[in-house]
Amino acid sequence: MSWVNAIIQGVLVGGLYALFACGLSLMFGVMKVVNLAHGDLAVVAGYVAIGVITVTHIPVLWSFLIVVPVMAVLGYVLQRTILQGALDRSVLATLMVTFGLSVVIENGLLQFFTANTRGIGTGLALVTGSFSIGQIQIGYLPVAIFVTAVVVLLGLQYFLSATRYGRLIRAVADDKEAAQLAGADYRHVFGIAAAVAFGTVALGGIAYGMYAQLAPTTGTDTILLFAFAAVVIGGLGSLWGTLLGGVVLGVAQQIGAQISISDETLAGFIVFLAVLALRPQGLISRGAQS
Amino acid sequence: MSLVTETTARPVEGFRVTRSRRNVVWTGAGALIVVVVLALFPYIVYSGTTAIMVQAFIVLTMASMWNLLAGYAGLVSVGQQAFVGLGAYFVLILAINGTSPFAALPVAAIGSGVAALPLWWLVSRLRSGYFAIATWVLAATVMLIIEKFSSIGGGTGMPLPGFAGFDPTLLTAYTYWAGLAVTVVALLAIYLLLRGRLGLVLTAIRDDEVAARSSGARVGLARMLVFVVAGVGCGAAGGLLAISQLQVQPGAVFSIQWTAEMAFVTIIGGLGTIEGPILGTIVYMVLQQTLSSYNAWYLIILGLVAIFMALFARRGLWGLVDARLNLRLFPVGYWLRLDK
Repeated sequence: MSWVNAIIQGVLVGGLYALFACGLSLMFGVMKVVNLAHGDLAVVAGYVAIGVITVTHIPVLWSFLIVVPVMAVLGYVLQRTILQGALDRSVLATLMVTFGLSVVIENGLLQFFTANTRGIGTGLALVTGSFSIGQIQIGYLPVAIFVTAVVVLLGLQYFLSATRYGRLIRAVADDKEAAQLAGADYRHVFGIAAAVAFGTVALGGIAYGMYAQLAPTTGTDTILLFAFAAVVIGGLGSLWGTLLGGVVLGVAQQIGAQISISDETLAGFIVFLAVLALRPQGLISRGAQS
Repeated sequence: MSLVTETTARPVEGFRVTRSRRNVVWTGAGALIVVVVLALFPYIVYSGTTAIMVQAFIVLTMASMWNLLAGYAGLVSVGQQAFVGLGAYFVLILAINGTSPFAALPVAAIGSGVAALPLWWLVSRLRSGYFAIATWVLAATVMLIIEKFSSIGGGTGMPLPGFAGFDPTLLTAYTYWAGLAVTVVALLAIYLLLRGRLGLVLTAIRDDEVAARSSGARVGLARMLVFVVAGVGCGAAGGLLAISQLQVQPGAVFSIQWTAEMAFVTIIGGLGTIEGPILGTIVYMVLQQTLSSYNAWYLIILGLVAIFMALFARRGLWGLVDARLNLRLFPVGYWLRLDK
């Protein structure tokens, strides 16, 4: 029974990883930017949420109404300034700049907020509560996060395929010079894509703060690496692949944790390396590798 | 195993190609004098100073390797801490089995290079940004695997044995000389590699990968070679780290901080020049010594400066020097002289 439990918990936590992975995948797909500060920005979003909740006393769940727009604006501004500046130089520059950002954010958080871990909404019934099916206990929160992830992915798919900005984003991702000639300001479109990606990052950061604990180093040693593993396992450039990748990673981790509690992370990475070795195009293949 | 498949070359007349505009003998002699003076340091300065110098040697060696990866081969690795950690653990394992840690140093370096081969096979499947994170995951995985072995300290690490009976002053001096030797060998190896075929192939790839491939450059092989050399160098730096700290702790030797330092030092000093990391290391050591009481601040400032440099001064501080003086301490390129 504990194995079935592990698989169910793994699938549910996979939603959380997909929430992180879809933003990473979107930014790479559109701008060809691999944002090495992706995880640290999620932690920043979590800290902003904690601050917002403490100051305004709004209900924990509604904090996303403030945090998501704030992060989206930050995403637009970052993209239009330093990320675009780096893009204009080289791919190498984007990596150096986002890596620099990652280290600066992480050490900045460490300096101002110490290495202590923080949770979001730790006393809430949603966070602590659970229901049971047979002998299996399922928390409300993992289910809520999984549903959120699916809703976000559906929303992203609708946004990209059916809205005006979605079309612009796809056009710019395909060929930014041609889109520019047709009248689309690709820099602005890049900014919009970054804003959307940062919005998903904000949701992920809040969700992570409720699911586990946030610390300055969570951004890299957990969020970025797991999000990336989910992207690669699922298949580069595939939106629903990130959900599949997240689920596979989550299940691998939970099964690893069943074998030995200290093997949770390692088991996930080994599955990632196995996919990299045996099926580098990912489980859902788009054929194109970049 | 040739890096380049043969193409027909046509001799052209009317010009001469030289390595340097100035006489190489002078810069060579200058470098030799610097090394000799540095070698005499344990006799003339306090042991506190040599300890700081060892730190500088470690950073310089690592940064030079990162520079080779990112500046010459276009490989941004953020997982070089994997090799720093492996080097440290190779020294620890050999020391546990009775080898002197100093004798273990070259073995650790070569061991890290050998380990780089299977790791390359895995990460070379991904490009640019995804390559970067893949190296990071790999480093985390290597650490998690090593933590499983309690005989080498498990998750908490252990002190480095093999120094019983060493006079402390002598130990500091030996550590210093080992550091100097590692750095000199690393710089010399990089210099010679870049002067040879590899340097030519890497320059061709940097300028235009497709054109390089179609001219017969074996791009994959060249990049693999660089990755392995960087593995050897970072392994040596890691071994040195273990010896200088007298203990090996998985969280410390596999820390992302090492890669942050090597990247920032390289970017600030000047990416794609051998001189850049040297200049960057000097800046780094000055910053670190003045800001050491402010914990994480030196890394924050270093990071901000690196971001600024990557955006506005791509060739770093050395690029600024070079633009004014047209100076090459390590001439790896060519000058074209037209015959009158």
